[in-house]
Amino acid sequence: MSGQAPEAGTLDTIPKILVENARVRGEKPANREKDFGIWQTWSWAQVATEVRALACGFVTLGLKPGDKLGIIGDNRPHLYWAMVAAQSIGAVPVPAYQDSVADEMLYIFEHAEVRFAVVENQEQVDKLLEIKDRALHLQTIIYEEPRGLQHYDRPFLHRYRDVQEKGRAFDAANPGYFDDAVARGSGSDIATMLYTSGTTGRPKGVMLSFDNIVITARNSIAQDGLTENDEMLAYLPMAWVGDNLYSVGQAYAAGFCVSCPESTETVLEDLREIGPTYFFAPPRIFESILTTVTIRMEDAAAIKRKAFHTFMEHARRVGTRILDGKPVGLIDRLLYAVGQVLVYGPLKNVLGFSRIRLAYTAGEAIGPDIFAFYRSLGMNVKQLYGSTEASVYITTQPDGDVRPDTVGRPADGVEVKITDEGEVMFRSPGVFVAYYKNDDATRATKTADGWVHTGDAGYFTDGQLKIIDRAKDVGKLNDGTLFAPKYLENKLKFFPYIKEAVTFGHGRDYAAAIINIDLEAVGDWAERRNIAYTGYTDLARQRPVYELVRDCVAKVNADLARDSHLAGSQIKRFLVLHKELDADDGELTRTRKVRRSFVADKYGQIIKALYSGTDHCPVKALVTFEDGRTATIDADLPIWEAPGGAAAAAPARAAE
Amino acid sequence: MSPRNKIGDVLLAVDGVSISFGGVRALDKVSFDVRAHEILAIIGPNGAGKSSMLNCINGFYHPQEGSITFKGQRRRQMQTHEAALQGIARTFQNIALFKGMSTLDNIMTGRNLKMKRNFLWQALYFGPALREELEHRAVVENVIDFLEIESIRKTPVGRLPYGLQKRVELGRALAAEPDLLLLDEPMAGMNYEEKEDMVRFILDVNDEFGTTIVLIEHDMSVVMDISDRVVVLDYGRKIAEGTPDQVRVNQDVIDAYLGVGH
Repeated sequence: MSGQAPEAGTLDTIPKILVENARVRGEKPANREKDFGIWQTWSWAQVATEVRALACGFVTLGLKPGDKLGIIGDNRPHLYWAMVAAQSIGAVPVPAYQDSVADEMLYIFEHAEVRFAVVENQEQVDKLLEIKDRALHLQTIIYEEPRGLQHYDRPFLHRYRDVQEKGRAFDAANPGYFDDAVARGSGSDIATMLYTSGTTGRPKGVMLSFDNIVITARNSIAQDGLTENDEMLAYLPMAWVGDNLYSVGQAYAAGFCVSCPESTETVLEDLREIGPTYFFAPPRIFESILTTVTIRMEDAAAIKRKAFHTFMEHARRVGTRILDGKPVGLIDRLLYAVGQVLVYGPLKNVLGFSRIRLAYTAGEAIGPDIFAFYRSLGMNVKQLYGSTEASVYITTQPDGDVRPDTVGRPADGVEVKITDEGEVMFRSPGVFVAYYKNDDATRATKTADGWVHTGDAGYFTDGQLKIIDRAKDVGKLNDGTLFAPKYLENKLKFFPYIKEAVTFGHGRDYAAAIINIDLEAVGDWAERRNIAYTGYTDLARQRPVYELVRDCVAKVNADLARDSHLAGSQIKRFLVLHKELDADDGELTRTRKVRRSFVADKYGQIIKALYSGTDHCPVKALVTFEDGRTATIDADLPIWEAPGGAAAAAPARAAE
Repeated sequence: MSPRNKIGDVLLAVDGVSISFGGVRALDKVSFDVRAHEILAIIGPNGAGKSSMLNCINGFYHPQEGSITFKGQRRRQMQTHEAALQGIARTFQNIALFKGMSTLDNIMTGRNLKMKRNFLWQALYFGPALREELEHRAVVENVIDFLEIESIRKTPVGRLPYGLQKRVELGRALAAEPDLLLLDEPMAGMNYEEKEDMVRFILDVNDEFGTTIVLIEHDMSVVMDISDRVVVLDYGRKIAEGTPDQVRVNQDVIDAYLGVGH
């Protein structure tokens, strides 16, 4: 098909798009990788040549249509090409997380029946050799970086470059083979198989078709105005659905350049050198960049520090409004422009964010302060709500109407509905084909007419979706009000003084909370106020501490009051627990998640008191010391009422 | 795993080398051979003369008796830079890097002897000196890639943790593309993980570039794991030589390390 312009609509697979890109924008950069200190660039035409050689090489080694090809390694152009090369001849790439241990790898390789693997280096080869005896389908391993591997004399080990060499010879002998194979591909073919980490049970293999990826990519490109001139840095795992959609789907469909960092430790430096226009990072990365900035500013000269704080304060006031195109006074605009020259511009430059037009964050809730920091600098950071089963996009925050507590409106082409139980469901062109070899799970997740259960509970406010909790945890108060325990607990834990919180309310008349204070933060707070205490138990029952906690709860209530869905679930009564919840006592999991039902059982007496009229609750609690001895503590815990937020009072600023 | 590079002919022959400092006889008629592509460890208690031996090999000390033959050339008096020119590079027991310079610049100094253009050309920058600089930079980048220190390329070495400084020092020695690499306690003061990394790099250097390596090391498990042969010194004399297994059971070695009852 090369040579003549393909009709619109026939570019339905990634390999077809690659061939087309090589034709129409052959000289434009497609991939960059920093190697030996220099950014090496491959144009679309070069990428097409590399992929063609590799695909033909796969054929000579016996890769057949429908075979699975595992891909393991950091983000490298060569590994992306392996993905597309496999797709070209009808095989299915299965990227796996590069930091998986051998046994996790074994499960995926066995479940997916992986026959071929393309890996980055010796480390991954070693891992595969370890499982080779048990991975019964695995026949061929191809490695890119030969270091340390020259004496691995195994017949099934091949060097990437050698495979391409064989491929070129094959291509010369069978000139039409590759083009025919690419032309045979269709949009409904499986493009990739991604194993979701899943919080329970074994990972599931999500099959995504070319239609899923290509149509979703095209929709998002149109919605966000991405072009072939955009640049992005691929540094998040290749096994993650986002990387498949951004670094392959969108990059191919829009024709923009994807750069790969030199190593995982140099990402921030590479970011600065590339200066991407389009960027994705989970909240923790935005958070760690902000932390670095804060620490460096503390070490900076006094005048710089002063300038930074002054202008950041100004940006906090007006920056976000300017970004959203809302009215801002002339003086404020001028001051912001000065800040742009003195602080915001240089700061963004140092971070590599000078050219950012659009950045997304997703995965978990981002702290409002962190979010506001980047937006006030004039960076258009937006939240996105998505999943592997959706080919990423479910909702995105619209430009100009970004609210920190919602995840935005349904993305183009996506329908979202809320079930009677409050669960979020979606239907879109990106909805996955099925879970591989797991029809039960597929049926439980995807309805016959294409709607997918997310397992998340949420609702719409002003057309924007708000996610509150996992659906199975959400309950109802006796009056029918929605009760989302994790949502309330997260809001409480957002205060530095509150370490843990357990809320109750399902099947009750009102919501109540058991609270753990943060010994370090509250201890420090108490010391500065000359409040003497002997330890956690003593500090927790002091009146000023209760007042402090009451203020926190009141602020949460005030917040809730502004939300019509959750206003009824304000926390009415609370108690500060006499001991810290502890994994040793079985109250927390080892990953520090509260075991709600265990706590409810253990502190049944307290919960009874919270829902009676009494203002105190005597407890006898068994505690386990670190050396294994146990003892009983007697305590009389006060129970306080928390003021409701119905008055919609102006929210007080966070306590000093 | 299959065998490493085949061990070749004698690359360095130490023959009856003695050296005294005042009344202290640091080396007393020490002789041994180092064969091409092998890893030879020199071990011995403190003050046994191990560092003195290395200093003799790379021309820092001049033996008062005996001779050293490197690549078939016998010599008695030789300056350190001549040793370097012949293809001997080393690292030091106490790190000897330029603390204020970046990793990249430090490793670049390892190329110093290979730079041909004179000071004036280099001051001019453009032309032949630039071309030459690019070639040297390519070698240095190869070393950086090999040692996986990309992320500290531009960091002043004074700010690096100890283990990484050691790695940079190894990098500088490698940049000279030596035939013989002398490592003076490459793993001293390192934690377990740093040691593991360093061992891997030493083996990889030997494996990939075929570099012959003479190292002094106190960590016996390391020495026994990676050396082809071991030379044991005690009070300036060679008391044993052989494979790690032979040396391990040698009574003189056991006495030297554990002391002898009188």
